[in-house]
Amino acid sequence: MRILHLLLAALLFAMPAKAEEIVLGLSQDEVAITATFEGSHILIFGAIKRDGTETIDGDLGVIITVSGPKTPITVRRKERKYGIWVNADAVEVDAAPSFYAVATSGPMEEVLKEVEDLRHSVTMSKAIRSVGAKVEGSESFTEALIRIRSDAGLYSTFIDTVDLEEDTLFRTSIDLPSNITEGNYETRIFLTRGGVVIDEYDTIIPVEKVGIERWLYRMAQDNAVLYGLMSLAIAIAAGWGASAAFAALRR
Amino acid sequence: MQGFDRPLGKAFFVAHNACSDHYMLIYLPIAEVSVNAFLLLGLGGIVGVLSGMFGVGGGFLMTPLLFFIGIPPAVAVATEANQIVASSFSGVLAHLRRKTVDIKMGLVLQAGGLMGSGLGILVFNYLKALGQVDLLVKIFYVVFLGAIGSLMFVESINTLRHSSKGRPPAKRRKHNWVHNLPFKMKFRVSGLYISVIPPLLVGMAVGVLAAIMGVGGGFIMVPAMIYLLGMPTKVVVGTSLFQIIFVTAFTTMLHATTNHTVDIALALLLLIGGVIGAQIGTRIGVKLKAEQLRILLAIMVLAVCVKLSFDLLLTPSELFVLGAAGGH
Repeated sequence: MRILHLLLAALLFAMPAKAEEIVLGLSQDEVAITATFEGSHILIFGAIKRDGTETIDGDLGVIITVSGPKTPITVRRKERKYGIWVNADAVEVDAAPSFYAVATSGPMEEVLKEVEDLRHSVTMSKAIRSVGAKVEGSESFTEALIRIRSDAGLYSTFIDTVDLEEDTLFRTSIDLPSNITEGNYETRIFLTRGGVVIDEYDTIIPVEKVGIERWLYRMAQDNAVLYGLMSLAIAIAAGWGASAAFAALRR
Repeated sequence: MQGFDRPLGKAFFVAHNACSDHYMLIYLPIAEVSVNAFLLLGLGGIVGVLSGMFGVGGGFLMTPLLFFIGIPPAVAVATEANQIVASSFSGVLAHLRRKTVDIKMGLVLQAGGLMGSGLGILVFNYLKALGQVDLLVKIFYVVFLGAIGSLMFVESINTLRHSSKGRPPAKRRKHNWVHNLPFKMKFRVSGLYISVIPPLLVGMAVGVLAAIMGVGGGFIMVPAMIYLLGMPTKVVVGTSLFQIIFVTAFTTMLHATTNHTVDIALALLLLIGGVIGAQIGTRIGVKLKAEQLRILLAIMVLAVCVKLSFDLLLTPSELFVLGAAGGH
């Protein structure tokens, strides 16, 4: 912790000015997915730099979001027709992150105003973009998306989990579950006063497969025929192996 | 029956053990999730036993199980095909040693099957263009499985009852209209001398269904061979496995090259359990009477049917489903 403080102190002096500004550190600047990957956590810490010209207008708040790569997704609703349940209406969500976590230093309504939330797309429902939705009540579809992904541990909101010390130092830890996908994880830190964003700091945490995971994945994409044949060869060899082993056991 | 209880019990034991163990997590490179290695070994084992016993691939059972543990559907379907190649190959080798594989019949069925899958894919794409393909497939399944399962169940029970009363078992009709067609061919292992037209047609029909339903079609092929072609039950299992190898090998390549969704790590874990299970299943199958085997198969088919109809009729706990965009 002492080294951390010293590091931050050094950073504080090196940065140019804005009235109040975020200085950031990360416990790891990339996440490697190995064959035995069981999830990971990233420690996000930082400090607020001041140049003395700041106006104290409302309480200070820190909000941190970590977002996985965004992909379009279709949400379908089942409906009962002629006594059986069928997929009826569908809503296309233009961009839904594969993973999304929000952590705040206090209750959401205190640290972030609704307008600011809309402007910066901070909370879960604002971060999911669904422009072309024509079905009536399309909010229930995005709600369902959030519910399903939250149940899978992919979407989460942590209220009051960012430690804010002396209105200067902040830290939190974001857990990445074991079912995350690879990609660039966009990390945003918002500094707010009275619910208004006064500074934003963005950074990218790459999450990548490494070693055999990477090798197999690349092969499946780039050398599909060879990969398919390799899968079949393994299947045939295993089938033969088991048969031979059982035959040997019987003798 | 003792040989029957023990290996099955063992397979379940393995699966049960896996649930209490949280340490052997493996991250799957294509599925992009972490799963318990022992759980997959156990699942592969159970489905392998069924495969060796009944001559079914087990895809209809494994695919929903994989969905349940969080494998993305596209990956589950593609990888399952690869695993079935392994367990059916293992099963066929065991059957070959007992000379219960009619290779000639298998090849004829296969020829029909290839034509059928081509046709089936056309039908599938047509249904897809209409939307609601999922629903039609499910209704198809329920009707089909219900009919086959009930027929087989009633027939086998009757046969069993007659034989237990001491009366000679009512011989299934060996000669119906099917056997009076031209282009006769000798199928020595099955003890049949019949026209090639019925096996070709059966192969084709199963091919169509398999392509529409997205399964290997073993559980349709097996009853068709028993009741339509009049093949002996013991030969049917091995022959069905024989032709499943080709269907699933083809499917694996198709998925690997077009969708890149075969997860080799997942397949490996499943197939280790699968090949061992298939060997055990074959041994159980040999010990059972043909009627007992048919009853068990009928019960399994009916169970799947009931499960699917529940899915259609009961109010789902989650009314919404997520899918990749574009309805893929």
